[in-house]
Amino acid sequence: MNAYAGRKVVNLVMMVLCGLAALGALLPLGSVLWLVVSHGVAGLNFTFFTALPKPVGEAGGGVGNAVVGTLQIVALACVIGLPLGVGAGVFLAEKGDSALGNAVRFTAEVLSGVPSIVVGIVAYGLVVVPMKRFSAIAGAVALAILMVPTLARGTEELVRLVPRSIREAALGLGVPEWKTSLRVVLRTALGGVATAALLAIARATGETAPLLFTALNNQYWNVRPDQPTASLTVQIFNYAISPYDDWHQKAWSAALVLLLLVGGLNLTARALTRNRLKGAR
Amino acid sequence: MALEAPASPQSTRHHAGVNRGDRAWNGLLLGLGLAVLALAAVIIGMLLHASQPLWKAMSPWQFLKSTDWDPANDSFGALPFIYGTLVTSGLALLLAVPVGLGLSIFLTELAPKQLRPFVAFGVELLAGIPSVVYGLWGLFTLAPLLREHVQPFLAKVLGPIPGIGALFRGAPLGLGFLSAGVILAIMILPTICAVTTEVVKTVPLPLREASLALGATRWEMVRLSVLPYSKAGILGAVLLGLGRALGETMAVTMVIGNNPEIHASLFAAGYSLPSVIANEFAEATDASHTAALASLALVLFAITFLMNAGARVLVRRSKHTAGAHG
Repeated sequence: MNAYAGRKVVNLVMMVLCGLAALGALLPLGSVLWLVVSHGVAGLNFTFFTALPKPVGEAGGGVGNAVVGTLQIVALACVIGLPLGVGAGVFLAEKGDSALGNAVRFTAEVLSGVPSIVVGIVAYGLVVVPMKRFSAIAGAVALAILMVPTLARGTEELVRLVPRSIREAALGLGVPEWKTSLRVVLRTALGGVATAALLAIARATGETAPLLFTALNNQYWNVRPDQPTASLTVQIFNYAISPYDDWHQKAWSAALVLLLLVGGLNLTARALTRNRLKGAR
Repeated sequence: MALEAPASPQSTRHHAGVNRGDRAWNGLLLGLGLAVLALAAVIIGMLLHASQPLWKAMSPWQFLKSTDWDPANDSFGALPFIYGTLVTSGLALLLAVPVGLGLSIFLTELAPKQLRPFVAFGVELLAGIPSVVYGLWGLFTLAPLLREHVQPFLAKVLGPIPGIGALFRGAPLGLGFLSAGVILAIMILPTICAVTTEVVKTVPLPLREASLALGATRWEMVRLSVLPYSKAGILGAVLLGLGRALGETMAVTMVIGNNPEIHASLFAAGYSLPSVIANEFAEATDASHTAALASLALVLFAITFLMNAGARVLVRRSKHTAGAHG
């Protein structure tokens, strides 16, 4: 009886500790979200989205060019990374049950853990050195390299979810294999693949390290992909480590814009998944 | 009709077209699969190529063990950065593993069914916050908090203890190993929690029911049935988290203090492999400086590569055994 009471006490203590762990994990989340919103909102107005950055001491100014630059770099990265990543995922799902498939899968898994700063150096060597200048293309190549491995694994899992019977029905009707893959299997998995792509885009939007010495930064409007280009993340970093209070305020506001952008992409991806599951049920 | 006339010219042409389509499709897929392997080769090749110039000036061993980093005088030593990376990542694991495990147990075994999706959503959000935003928060919220409250407290309570007290001495700066470790812990928590939760969910129900039927309390059920069964998977989750911590750049750069020196105290300012690359690569004009930074990237790549490969093998193996049992 006494031993049992002791065990019950241990049980209670451990369960309370687990609950505290959950609380402790969510505390920083609450703090980050609250501070970004409360600090950031003060600096948000229309010109913040449309104006160029101003030098220290001058009032006003915004991150318009950085927002455009981020969209531009991420869009370019999608052009390079999405076909490669989704394609490699389809390869893994359709032809991946071989020694080569296992090798590709393992490589993709290991590559998805390569630090983004290392990828930045690779993109620097691949693009910046031959072009002899920093550019949006170099930043996009870095982000694309980061997108491919995760996207490949995500796509594979989603394509594999398509029931065999659907594929067999198409093949049984005499539809050629390539058309079955493309028009039946991929078509069925499209919602899921779109979710995986959105998550990859959201992650790329939040990346800073690989852009530091590929896209660099730019204080002015720029639409040419072969020129140094500003991005929200690099701008936040530069503002944050500066010694000026005015710029710190701008960093918080830009962080709020970035969070809204990334959060919006993530929530859209979640909504897509939910609808897909509802449809399946 | 097609069945009756298999040899008609039209049908043959049709079949040839099918084969050509399939061949092209297979070729395309194969090419895309090989592109992933090529990507790995390009990454490794580029890092080796970029670090090449340094090996003419010094041996890799010299580079790894030297503690002096002074680019202006062509003196390059990797040890302070390796030390900073390992210390902050180790500290992050120390903090994040118990919390992550507790969180997973809370999510899978404890929390009321209605609460679970909210906590899980919160953890997912935590994973989605960009690292530069964590850095901003760390710089203006976490570091002052540590400087004014946590570090003086630790110095008073743990500082006088011989041995481990050395970790908690010195001026409370805020920016340093401790801040970097704490922020890394927050950042790797979702990774550890997500993978652990996934692995813990594969524990077969009969195994849990058996220990409960024998009179085990909930915690004893977790300790005796759930944890031993998912041991390998949890170790994999820890290694994945470690891999993330080792390579994390922005948040660490903003709070570690950027000082290429080795100090025993966790309060001291340090430097890490990714941080020094982030801070100095764009401004490195000297060929040997660039090569030295690329060499640091190569060291970082090697460490994370081993970590991730090990983690994947462990997670895969644990899923495999889980599949065999379930």
